[in-house]
Amino acid sequence: MHELAITQSVVDSVCERAGGRPVRSVRVRVGVLTAVVPDSMRFCFGLVTEGTAAEGAQLEIDQPPGAGRCRTCAVEFTLTDLILLCPCGSADVEITSGQELQIVSMEVG
Amino acid sequence: MLREDGAPDHGHPHPHPGAHPHPHERRQPSGAGETVTIEQKVLAKNDLLAERNRRWMTDRGVVAVNVMSSPGAGKTTLLERAVTDLGGRRPVAVVEGDQETRLDADRIRRTGCAVVQVNTGAGCHLDAEMMRDALTALSPAEGSLLMVENVGNLVCPALFDLGERSKVVIISVTEGTDKPLKYPYMFAAADLILINKSDLLPYVDFDVEQCVRHARSVNPDVRVLTVSATTGEGLAHWYDWLAEQR
Repeated sequence: MHELAITQSVVDSVCERAGGRPVRSVRVRVGVLTAVVPDSMRFCFGLVTEGTAAEGAQLEIDQPPGAGRCRTCAVEFTLTDLILLCPCGSADVEITSGQELQIVSMEVG
Repeated sequence: MLREDGAPDHGHPHPHPGAHPHPHERRQPSGAGETVTIEQKVLAKNDLLAERNRRWMTDRGVVAVNVMSSPGAGKTTLLERAVTDLGGRRPVAVVEGDQETRLDADRIRRTGCAVVQVNTGAGCHLDAEMMRDALTALSPAEGSLLMVENVGNLVCPALFDLGERSKVVIISVTEGTDKPLKYPYMFAAADLILINKSDLLPYVDFDVEQCVRHARSVNPDVRVLTVSATTGEGLAHWYDWLAEQR
């Protein structure tokens, strides 16, 4: 359940930024290649916002898809997991999307 | 937007001392509320603390190795042997992470090695703040090798930088050959994989070569060593690898 610690970090950061104003919504970006489960994050968000400026806020989760680029043949392709194998057979693959774990914005007031 | 004094207004008063990890906010009114752009890594605070730990250790020539595995793979036994075998060559200290009890720290302490136990309670991993507190409590000698035994868990510890030099993941031959595929994030993060309990290979259905192939499918360049903390097989290579971590 690292989602609890991750969600706690999100809530700590937004409450600090909100400076006492109520937080209405929080938008985060969680790539599909992170080991973070959005449903678990939503569950934890309800728990850890209790009694904070973000109590009752909506959590919006953007999920960038996984993508990689082969360093051997330069082709770009979709990654659905961390098995880095290009259709050309090369395993020399750079992950270009899907590992994002960011707080994008919040709505306050 | 400008403040009354003409300086750009970005959400907090300036100047503020010390580290400045967060990007400045841009604000746009949106309906009744106000949208505040943040664009910050979720783990920015942990990463900042980890970077401070890293600098603190670099300044003292301390090298930390973050050792991770599922419960029961043999982390503590491997560390017991390592601190005993390496103690004469280089100062060694240990951070023991567990949800509860001081049992593992007691095992390491019996070898005569400096150790501190961190209990995470409900937490399933060590984080950079716990590491900072452990460094403060241990105050490792200049030039130490600091072995950090993370909480037994193949998921959560992969995400949290402690400020370590390298990550070691241990899998034992009593586990499934396909574990690197089931827990790809952990194996993808590893600098070294130790396949432990090699003395049990004759009795179990574990395919070392297949396991290495699986590990390299998520981490093509990872080093893999087969060892036994019980018989000592392969440990010399593990110690050579540790000696390279500077």
